[in-house]
Amino acid sequence: MSNVATTAPAPAAPPPVEKLKIKVDGREIEVPKLMPDWQGRLQPTTMLQACQIAGAEVPHYCYHPKLPVAGNCRMCLVEFGTPMMGPDRKPVLNPDGTPKIAKSVLPYEPGTPRGAIACATPISPGMEIYPGSAATQQMREAVLESLLINHPLDCPICDQAGECKLQEYSVEHGQANSRFVETKVHKPKAVDLGPRIVLDDERCILCTRCIRFSRDIAGDDALGIVNRGSYNTIAAWKEGAFDNNYTLNTVDLCPVGALTSRDFRFKMRVWFLKETRSVCTSCSTGCNITIGSREDVIHRYEPRDNDAVNAAWMCDAGRLNYKWVGRPDRLKEVRRRNADGTSDRIPWETAIREITARLSNAVSGSVAVVASARQTTEELHLLKKLANRFGAITDSVPRTGEADRLLVSADRNPNSNGARLTGIAYTEMGIRLPEIAEGIRSGSIRTLVVFGEDVTQHGIGADLLARLETLVVSDILPNPTTAAAHYLLPGCAHAEKRGTYINGKGRLQRFLKAVEPHGDARPEWEFLRELVTAVTAQAVPATLEGLFNEMSDGIPAFGGVRWAGIGDLGVNVTI
Amino acid sequence: MSFSVPSKLEAELDELATHYPQKRSASLMFLHALQEHFGFISRDAVEWTATKLGLQPINVYELVTFYPMFRQEKLGRTQVRVCRTLSCALAGAYELRDHFCKNLGLDTAKHGPQTTPDGKFTVEFVECLASCGSAPVVMVNDDLLEKVTAADAEKVLTRGRVTE
Repeated sequence: MSNVATTAPAPAAPPPVEKLKIKVDGREIEVPKLMPDWQGRLQPTTMLQACQIAGAEVPHYCYHPKLPVAGNCRMCLVEFGTPMMGPDRKPVLNPDGTPKIAKSVLPYEPGTPRGAIACATPISPGMEIYPGSAATQQMREAVLESLLINHPLDCPICDQAGECKLQEYSVEHGQANSRFVETKVHKPKAVDLGPRIVLDDERCILCTRCIRFSRDIAGDDALGIVNRGSYNTIAAWKEGAFDNNYTLNTVDLCPVGALTSRDFRFKMRVWFLKETRSVCTSCSTGCNITIGSREDVIHRYEPRDNDAVNAAWMCDAGRLNYKWVGRPDRLKEVRRRNADGTSDRIPWETAIREITARLSNAVSGSVAVVASARQTTEELHLLKKLANRFGAITDSVPRTGEADRLLVSADRNPNSNGARLTGIAYTEMGIRLPEIAEGIRSGSIRTLVVFGEDVTQHGIGADLLARLETLVVSDILPNPTTAAAHYLLPGCAHAEKRGTYINGKGRLQRFLKAVEPHGDARPEWEFLRELVTAVTAQAVPATLEGLFNEMSDGIPAFGGVRWAGIGDLGVNVTI
Repeated sequence: MSFSVPSKLEAELDELATHYPQKRSASLMFLHALQEHFGFISRDAVEWTATKLGLQPINVYELVTFYPMFRQEKLGRTQVRVCRTLSCALAGAYELRDHFCKNLGLDTAKHGPQTTPDGKFTVEFVECLASCGSAPVVMVNDDLLEKVTAADAEKVLTRGRVTE
């Protein structure tokens, strides 16, 4: 049922597009006769799409470009007209030669305009649409007034306030005072719809976006409208039963404050949030996200539209997987472990100098690098440079789970392809880990560099780590490997730095920094750059942009893409 | 209390579902049959129908809640439906319903069908019963009573009280 486009539709030579000439608010424009519908299939262009092309905003609630058209909110009503036809089926002309337009009116009341819903009405040649006319304005006011009849108007305590379509359109098309003097219908409040969703039925305007998303995209026909007339209520069959891995998308889709996220509810006013373009790290799909943060605290992830990756959705598991970033036990200090088992906090310069000294003495072949496929491509590239200096064995750790039919990928590493393309890992990730373990056991490997993984979980136990001369570990949260490290370098979560990931389908995507790192922690690429410069005595670009461009030049699969060329939606690389 | 549909009824319904190009179209017929048999449509009946027709329970539940004459609770043995549309309202339908309610100890201010605790009566307002010329009219179970007076109402109540 679902048709989320997860590959870039890149036709080599698009066929010539048949265009229609129409007028929007008196301005003539050409629009394609056919345009993609919610599933990407070509369908006759609607008035709403034509108005969007013309740059005229048509307010709407139930219409969503990625959902089937329902046409039930009536907010997109517009006045329109079509060329008048004579009995000879030829256009009737005005004295000046222009075609005469017959405005759509009520059949027995020619003075009253008869609007049409722009979301579901196809355009025809010569049509004139009047999204800015007084009649259209009046229709919108009437629809909005009707939608607000039973609305509780509780904006001051509503989570949606600030990003609420009802609020926005009320400012534009609403009235300051309600004419409704009757008693409002009361509906259920704080309904436990599912483990992650709380529903306030009184705020609902019954646009059915949530129903359509659940049925047609998530494939879990769990929601419906019960009761009748003004008692209409969104409901699930059983309380708490709305529990698929995509339920939180309905909160994004809800144009009002009816569907709220249990996680975000009453936590933060949305206008305080700083929005940062980023990428989800929970699996190799790499859904595009917007991080909402305030004063270095992340409050939510929201999906960001990208037709080449995640359309407009993301899974609940990925969306809620942000709390570890702010965990109090984050590694915050650069530490050196002494022979007696105690450890000291040392400055970065000391750590880099001492590690450089130790590595400089290392014999070729006696070094191994285990780098996580959760590190950025730039960091993996620097680690590979470091490894090349010593002819070191490198590998990464596979991380798998169950895939689903929509977005979740079986590969739970966000940057497996980055690890492969930079040469850190092989097609079969983790294949050389036993070799590293054996090397440590036999004493041929004396130095191990671990980035972002707990190797004790992957065949290199604490007993083996104890045999090493030098163990350099960078991580974000404490684990048995960080406990054994001779040098512990605190790293950054993706939200605290910039970088790129290459997703499972070869989409190279960049993410930006949303919050500051904890304590001494620095982006790994920064201190890796210092280390690589010191160890290899080669110049390494000092900016992330420069570093990326240098890496791109060295990896043919990247096709010479520049940092600036990645854009917000990423580019495809050969995998 | 476990829910079970007699095998004869189930066979009839299975056959009925084959009459429709889409099984879902048989939903209303299923619900009518189940209400006919059980007197009301329980949550089990909704789930049973959904399973039979390859639907989700919410799809069937939408229908059940949309139509007021699909009952979600067991009704009284004597069901009194008082017409309240214009002609009957003018002819005293409201007084008539109040009369029923007061005599049965029901709340006159409450909306919707009300059933007496002993399960003998259900009283409710309904819309037009299509007998405006003989207003006020009342349906008692399947019988239409015309030009109903307080005395007629008493008869209905007396008969209902003794019914097994």
